[in-house]
Amino acid sequence: MKKIVLVLLLIGLIIFLSVKLLTTENYKPTALSLLEEKYPKKETSSVDHSQFAVLQKKFNTPQEVTEACISCHTERDKEIMRSSHWNWEREEYIAGRGIVDIGKRNAVNNFCIGVEGNEQSCAKCHIGFGMTSTTFSFTDSKNIDCLVCHDNTETYVKGNELAGLPDPSVDLNYVSQHVGKPKRSNCGVCHFFGGGGNNVKHGDLESALFEPSKDVDVHMAVEGADLQCIDCHLTEKHKILGKMYSLSSMNKDRSTCEECHTENPHKEDILNEHTYKVACQACHIPVYAKVNATKTAWDWSTAGKLKNGQPYEEDDADGNHTYLSIKGSFKWGKNLKPEYIWFNGTADHYLLGDVINDTTKPLKINTLNGSYSDKDSKIIPVKIHRAIQPFDPVYKVLIQPKLFADKKGEGAFWQDFDWRRSSAVGMKDVKLPFSGKFSFIKTEMYWPVNHMVSTKDKTVQCNECHSRNNSRLAALTDFYMPARDYSSFVETAGIGIILLTLFGVFVHGTVRVFSSRKRKASPNNQNLSGV
Amino acid sequence: MGKNKVYIYKSFERFWHWTQALLIFFLAFTGFEIHGSISFFGYLNAVRYHNIAAYAFIVLIIFAIFWHLSTGEWKQYLPTLEHIRSQIDYYLFGIFRNAPHPTKKTVLSKLNPLQKLVYLGLKILVIPIMVISGLLYMFYRYPQKGGGIAGLNIGSIEPIALIHTFGAFLLITFVIAHLYLITTGTTITSNLRAMITGYEELEETEGDENKSSENSDEVKSPEKKQNIEVETVLVEKEII
Repeated sequence: MKKIVLVLLLIGLIIFLSVKLLTTENYKPTALSLLEEKYPKKETSSVDHSQFAVLQKKFNTPQEVTEACISCHTERDKEIMRSSHWNWEREEYIAGRGIVDIGKRNAVNNFCIGVEGNEQSCAKCHIGFGMTSTTFSFTDSKNIDCLVCHDNTETYVKGNELAGLPDPSVDLNYVSQHVGKPKRSNCGVCHFFGGGGNNVKHGDLESALFEPSKDVDVHMAVEGADLQCIDCHLTEKHKILGKMYSLSSMNKDRSTCEECHTENPHKEDILNEHTYKVACQACHIPVYAKVNATKTAWDWSTAGKLKNGQPYEEDDADGNHTYLSIKGSFKWGKNLKPEYIWFNGTADHYLLGDVINDTTKPLKINTLNGSYSDKDSKIIPVKIHRAIQPFDPVYKVLIQPKLFADKKGEGAFWQDFDWRRSSAVGMKDVKLPFSGKFSFIKTEMYWPVNHMVSTKDKTVQCNECHSRNNSRLAALTDFYMPARDYSSFVETAGIGIILLTLFGVFVHGTVRVFSSRKRKASPNNQNLSGV
Repeated sequence: MGKNKVYIYKSFERFWHWTQALLIFFLAFTGFEIHGSISFFGYLNAVRYHNIAAYAFIVLIIFAIFWHLSTGEWKQYLPTLEHIRSQIDYYLFGIFRNAPHPTKKTVLSKLNPLQKLVYLGLKILVIPIMVISGLLYMFYRYPQKGGGIAGLNIGSIEPIALIHTFGAFLLITFVIAHLYLITTGTTITSNLRAMITGYEELEETEGDENKSSENSDEVKSPEKKQNIEVETVLVEKEII
């Protein structure tokens, strides 16, 4: 009787478990299907700016346009003047440093090195008018350039080396009457061309994203959801989510995949579990720089060579510069596999004046913090830009050289090609001492890769990481990963006992075969056979 | 000495044995793909199949435990130091001289002392370790997001994976030795046949007559179960 009860209980348990395991959940719309419903609905503007009288009167200066904007959109100027797009710096807390103001205004990179002293040229990508090395009022709201972000005509352009003023050819009235929410084209004119050319800096942000196909970016694809930058970089009161860790340091105000896709977007549990430790981007951006090459290496030490006293350039077959007298030699890469690092959302930066302790190792211009054992860290894909750039071997600091000037004789490297002079002038501009000696040091800069998300079928496959050889994660050695890793002790011991057993079987079997043949051959043993 | 065809392996026992064999092969195959040693199903499929087979194995183990307890067959595995020496001597020397097996196989005592030891080791050591390390491998994620095993606080899957891998090597070693040793029966295939058909020709012993040959199903009488231990018969070593 007991047995029967037990058997019944067991059978019941098995039926219960299998029903539970095998039945699929009730249908409910997935996050993805809701997104697909939402995004094709295009917004239409509730007002027609061309009807407003204030925009009809002839604008002579761009500042007059701004005044007209603010006359209706009061308070918006104050939002702008709190933003990093305006200030080119943010207040950040960095462990070990405390609270620092950091941004384009004062940070160093390993492309054109830094803005300070070169504002006249760099300000082409500042959302203000009239930023030069010496004068700019960050409190004068008339200098806000509303149009560069809100132009919906794609005719507004800033002039070269005009300190942020629009090109004289722009019809300010026409543009101001056709404004709206920023599109990819508004953001792209600056963010796709950082570093002085298309896709130089990011690798995943470039002109191909103005009108991308699904293969280039599944979200922004014109034939797909056609998402604009601000669909993910959610913006409220001119505060835009998402920032680049080339400049920012804190784990806040980030734009994430999860804000739309949730933390568990996969059907397969084992894939969802990967999100504990692996960022979405790591698998869903198998390659970047899909259309045009991105700069992977920059050697300033070769800059300054002249032909017949004139600067010159050399290009590769795709038209990318491989040498410029003013900047040095470059390497480019297309369809690149990212490198992978641990990242917890916080970063440190080389700040002007920081003493370099070890000048024999490549200096990390920005250090993305993280490790396996850090609970907040995930594996992210990065582009690492490697450079050789000037530093002061006596004071052991990076040099901020004066690069740009509109005429010879001011010490600008791009005019005079004299490292010592441009270093002296540049360091004086940033109020740092210069020993008079210069040398070159290897540096690295880490650029998280977040865009150019591929379609599902091109996602990184399991065995691209879980593999003995050529694992994408070969460089991340601080954790055990199945298939990639093994203990040589366990392998040797395990294979050892197997081989020993096989050897034993072989010897034992051979002796058995021979001894039984011998027995059969010897008639004396007949009586024992068949026992 | 007379010989009798005896029903020695019950149908569930055979089903259990062969399913277990199949599952161990399949788990080893998919497992070593997960380990990165081979490539066949594709990594994701290997993981999926390995996990499904693992669940199947656990269900089988639950049935097997139930069967062993309810039939009293678990007593077959009680280890004994008696005759171990002669069993080792047999494999090292006697077998080459065609000496008889030192212990006699009967329905109530179908395992020799070495088998008892090794199988018991598998049942209470290797397989539980594989099941536990396998379940941890399957469910333990770092960092743990809630859940019952969060308190374990294992920082790395590494020790789990290494133990699981070493266990796999041990099981493969066992399978190799097992496959060889089953050829040491009365004839090369007699043990294999027995595990397939359930019947094996065994020497007759007193008290065995009623259980031989015909469709005897189970050992029903409780007194007989209690006699299991005493049924091992030592046949004197013969040196020729």
